[in-house]
Amino acid sequence: MLITYLIFGVFGLVVAASALGMLLSRNAVYSALFLVLNFATVAVLYLILGAPFIALVQITVYAGSIMVLFLFVIMLLGAEKMPPGEPLRGHRWLAIVFGLVFLAELVLFLIYRGGMQAVVNAPSLEFGSPAAVGMMLFQKYTLPFEVTGFILVVATVGAILFTRGEGFKSRKRTLGITSGDKAE
Amino acid sequence: MDGTMILEWLIKSLILILTMTVGFAYVTLYERKLLARIQVRIGPNRAGPFGVLQPVADGIKLIFKEELTPTNADKLIFILAPVLTVIPALIIGAVVPWGTEVSIFGRVVKLYLADINIGVLYLMAVTSISVYGLALAGWSSNNKYATLGGLRAMAQMISYELALGFAMIVPVMMAGSMSLVDIVESQKSIWFAVVQPLAFVIYFIAALAEINRSPFDMPEAEQELTAGYHTEYSGMKFALFFMAEYIKMIAISMIGASLFLGGYRGPFIDLYPALGPLYLFIKVVVILFVIIWIRATLPRIRYDRLMQFGWKILFPLALLNVFITAVVLVWAGG
Repeated sequence: MLITYLIFGVFGLVVAASALGMLLSRNAVYSALFLVLNFATVAVLYLILGAPFIALVQITVYAGSIMVLFLFVIMLLGAEKMPPGEPLRGHRWLAIVFGLVFLAELVLFLIYRGGMQAVVNAPSLEFGSPAAVGMMLFQKYTLPFEVTGFILVVATVGAILFTRGEGFKSRKRTLGITSGDKAE
Repeated sequence: MDGTMILEWLIKSLILILTMTVGFAYVTLYERKLLARIQVRIGPNRAGPFGVLQPVADGIKLIFKEELTPTNADKLIFILAPVLTVIPALIIGAVVPWGTEVSIFGRVVKLYLADINIGVLYLMAVTSISVYGLALAGWSSNNKYATLGGLRAMAQMISYELALGFAMIVPVMMAGSMSLVDIVESQKSIWFAVVQPLAFVIYFIAALAEINRSPFDMPEAEQELTAGYHTEYSGMKFALFFMAEYIKMIAISMIGASLFLGGYRGPFIDLYPALGPLYLFIKVVVILFVIIWIRATLPRIRYDRLMQFGWKILFPLALLNVFITAVVLVWAGG
């Protein structure tokens, strides 16, 4: 049990540190890499909690696909160097104020809910298995699952339209105008 | 979780890593010899009998090479990138079983490192993070050829990962389990490559693209990009990229053999479980032969064709195959 707490402590620190590094780094590629580290260590936390399926999906989807796309765009645009100054004025003070409010909220919550007494019961061993997750998704949560799938399809179609729409039409038009003298 | 258990795991991990690295050395020789034979040459034959010491000579040469770091390179990532490339290649083999169990010195030893119930998902996770090494190598070198190579590697690997994933789902559905041991055991009567030839072909093509092997070796097309993402690397750092590429070849052969070709299963395996690693070895050598044969035969395909092939042919086919398999399985009451 002690060793679990020890691992949790170490990885929890890495999670927090990598999140901070992501925010504070002035190089977008380093920020992206900090975020990858963050996702990977969060996956380890899931493993400690006994949910290996969620852990590996976290790595495959977030660290392996989404962040790869982020990094791809950053590298393709050459946008890794951020300007040294701050683009927005005063947002740091605003952030500190909101942070303090959030902290106060957390403390109040802990006081009124009785702190550690609010811990939920440990789920059964089969809780995080692929079969259990699949059954949950397709029996209990069918509607949210389908809605999510629908939203994703709409987003995909929208993205394709965005990349194609304008260029496709204008290419057709230019082809129509210059089809005679561009024959060679 | 006693002491001997941990010792057993350590020894098995060590064996796996040593097999992979020694395998890497000899796959390079195998490839050079085979390519030479296909092109009616003799191939390396100076170092040792039949050139068996050639990989050692190459390694020693690379150790004594000067290591260059380009000016304005991002030093930290430049050094980190080869490491990030090799680690996924080395750990991906951890869930592939080499056999059932044998008794050594009166102790029953299971011939696999880890039989986790999400083995296939583990493979997907590791392949999905193996892009980072190549992309970061290309970006940190501060060289446009290298950056282009890295970007190509990224785009290609993202595109083919989907088809690869769907091809790997088919054996999972057939076996009803994500554990590779279960998948191999459920091929007792017939190999999945026979029942699901399309999935096997899709797996093979997508895996070739995933490890940037010919005819999909666009990220390192020497005529266009000098050497792609590892243009600026020399000495042992270059050797690490080379190592990762060949270890990945071995790894996808092992995974393909386990998912589709019955893995460690073969004649008399139930009588003599110790034959398991031998059968797996033979299957891996045959698949490696096909990979090298393809390299010697096919020209590289154009980049836009590669993307079109991946998205418009391979991915829909893989999706359709999963769908049909699911319908048939439910129909047959599986």
